Amino acid sequence: MSTENLPGLPEEPVARRGMFGVKDTGDTSGYGRLVVRRPPKPSSVRPYGSYFDEVADALEPAVGDAIERVVVDRGEVTFHVSRERLAEVLRHLRDDPALRFELSLGVSGVHYPDETGSELHAVYHLCSITHNRRVRVEAACPDADPHVPSTVSVYPTHDWHERETYDFFGIVFDGHPALTRIEMPDDWEGHPQRKDYPLGGIPVEYRGAEVPAPDNRRSYS
Amino acid sequence: MSATETEGRIYDVAGQDWDELVQNVTDSAEERLVVNMGPQHPSTHGVLRLVLTLDGETVTEARTVIGYLHTGIEKNMEFRTWTQGVTFVTRMDYLAPIFNETAYCMAVERLLGITDRVPERAQAIRVMMMELNRISSHLVAIATYGLELGATTPMLFGFRERELVLDLFEYITGLRMNMAYVRPGGVSVDLPAGAVDKIGEFLKIMPGRIKEMRKLLDANPVYTRRTKDVAYLDLTGCMALGITGPMLRAAGLPWDLRKSQPYLGYETYEFDVPTQNTCDVYGRYLVRVAEMEESLKIIEQALDRLSGPLKGGPVMIEDKKIGWPAQLALGPDGLGNSPDHIAHIMGSSMEALIHHFKLVTEGFRVPAGQAYASVESPRGELGAHVVSDGGTRPYRVHFRDPSFTNLQALPATCEGGMIADVISAVASIDPVMGGVDR
Amino acid sequence: MGLEEKLPSGFVLTTVEQVAGWARKNSVWPATFGLACCAIELMATGGPKHDLARFGMERASASPRQADLMIVAGRLSQKMAPVLRQIYDQMAEPKWVIAMGVCASSGGMFNNYAIVQGVDHVVPVDIYLPGCPPRPEMLIDAIVKLHDKIQNMKFGAHRERQIEELELQALRTLPLIDQGAGK
Repeated sequence: MSTENLPGLPEEPVARRGMFGVKDTGDTSGYGRLVVRRPPKPSSVRPYGSYFDEVADALEPAVGDAIERVVVDRGEVTFHVSRERLAEVLRHLRDDPALRFELSLGVSGVHYPDETGSELHAVYHLCSITHNRRVRVEAACPDADPHVPSTVSVYPTHDWHERETYDFFGIVFDGHPALTRIEMPDDWEGHPQRKDYPLGGIPVEYRGAEVPAPDNRRSYS
Repeated sequence: MSATETEGRIYDVAGQDWDELVQNVTDSAEERLVVNMGPQHPSTHGVLRLVLTLDGETVTEARTVIGYLHTGIEKNMEFRTWTQGVTFVTRMDYLAPIFNETAYCMAVERLLGITDRVPERAQAIRVMMMELNRISSHLVAIATYGLELGATTPMLFGFRERELVLDLFEYITGLRMNMAYVRPGGVSVDLPAGAVDKIGEFLKIMPGRIKEMRKLLDANPVYTRRTKDVAYLDLTGCMALGITGPMLRAAGLPWDLRKSQPYLGYETYEFDVPTQNTCDVYGRYLVRVAEMEESLKIIEQALDRLSGPLKGGPVMIEDKKIGWPAQLALGPDGLGNSPDHIAHIMGSSMEALIHHFKLVTEGFRVPAGQAYASVESPRGELGAHVVSDGGTRPYRVHFRDPSFTNLQALPATCEGGMIADVISAVASIDPVMGGVDR
Repeated sequence: MGLEEKLPSGFVLTTVEQVAGWARKNSVWPATFGLACCAIELMATGGPKHDLARFGMERASASPRQADLMIVAGRLSQKMAPVLRQIYDQMAEPKWVIAMGVCASSGGMFNNYAIVQGVDHVVPVDIYLPGCPPRPEMLIDAIVKLHDKIQNMKFGAHRERQIEELELQALRTLPLIDQGAGK
């Protein structure tokens, strides 16, 4: 499809070509010329709607300069925060009477190998019992320098969550009391849930027949 | 028996040499004893390992080691379609499969933007199945409570009652556990004929059985002495550690997502959130039993709707681009695509065949973005953080499992207490290792 | 025991085999090795509805030293594998292993970095039980089949001959792919 008639579509970098990973031989799938572009990085402008404006109002005077962008998507708000000031932002979110996000639901790591300079994301989901609200805070760090300050001092519950994210993604949480592997054996090499780590399927032999690992079978991506 | 000089004396015990061990410990000048418990041990809470430092009978330090059941489910899901993901998540917290499925499907539905278009009948079925599941999960919790404290009867009672629920699950979904019943857009199959009657029968039997359990345990002197004022964790501690579920409610805070942030129409059901303010094992037990009674109320209301106003409605979203192309039907070889549908795609419509093939093998696309959906599972807030890159497979799925977070409270609950109370502390947290390690 | 291993082959040994087999099969003590979902079905099998006590097996042994049967119930992670082997080594001879469920039998749906693709990579398995998880009835069926195996277990010279025969048979068997289901 030609995109020249579509108004104002930003050209995003190509994420994937083709459908079935066919590269060398003739393509019989009919998807050979398919181009999938990476989704654009959204950024929302005011008003955000719902209670999100109130949260942003309370955040901005204190730590507004730490917030890189705000995304309101599908009824959820995400504050992208610079990693240096993450602990400060979370502390403010917890302590400000207008915010009061007392309950943290932990850290979830996401690996975006295509986002050069900010490959690894640490995603925090917070919940306010006082105001019955939820927000998401996201901090990114480059693969070459995978350091994010630890927030165990703000939310003690992050202890195991940060260890898990370190174990699976290799994000080093500076200041964590004991950042060791939690799920994998201590002597494990690599961080298994990163995108560049194979699923690690072990080809299993059953009486002469090989069962290939799932990531080596034909895939629909 | 072996010894090293670096960490103090190490005793390697594997049974049958207890006398020797006791003698050695008595002779030793060392007052502090470190006991490794697990990962394989008689307690029924799975492969959990505890490293306990003891001063006499008192636990001075407790460390928890997990990861012995890490299954890589989150990574495995990235290699399967969105619908197939349900089959994986159901095996995470294996005592609460329906909750895992529902949390995941709600997150996927939010990403698709179809939350409001999920048929009401499917929502009511989900609610009913979740509450049945809550009962079966709490029954196992109470059964293993008993077993671990040395009482076999609660275990027998709990498993007998649980079979009633599992029979219902099997009748409705075809499987006793790990049923992959809830799918993005609805549920996989409508209630079979006679299910309403069977659940009605269950609703008649169950209150009596819960009463029986209460009679056995509520005022049982042995049970109360082993549970009252044991594993104390107050509200401040709970909040700091991110504890949710019965543990938090036993500390006095009526925080239940079904009430505070209702989903799937929970706001239209009448039920109470039971709380206790004892902060101990006994309080958590009382909360769990009371929750089972409340669940029965919800099941009754859901059943009234399913057999009344919602009778005969669809159970899968109407959108042909998302909903599973065929209704399932029970054939001689088990549950499968209905014969009508197969006749249609194989005999009369080429387009339907292509559509079926595409949707089943490739799956549907989910717009790029991320979503977090949470449900109140029997153990607390179960959240699914789902990220999509616009493809037919999840980009990343992370489960915030309540067992994982709640287990962090173990040192706080048992340090300073007796070693025998460690077991009741673990039992009252009710961690399911499949959920902890995923 | 051990004495039976010294008996010469013949009528006496056959009788001892039968008696010992009968005694052993009716008092199998399983070591609880619950790992995941299957462990819940294992507990349900011990529960009142399915009642494992009918087969003399309700006494689940917490100590591996006093167990003859290891029911590996659930997925075995790489981190757990050494533990499993240690427990197995601690069990006294004679001992048997049931791999309960597909994860224990072959890794099941979890063909990934974390899971050992079948406990037979770590310990020898006598009975593979499919299902995810298998119903209690299936577990009971597997146990009854194992009882049959225990009843007919050979000793001493008989056992050596049996092992030789089985070995020869296994060597002659074609790989599954060459057997051809339809041929």
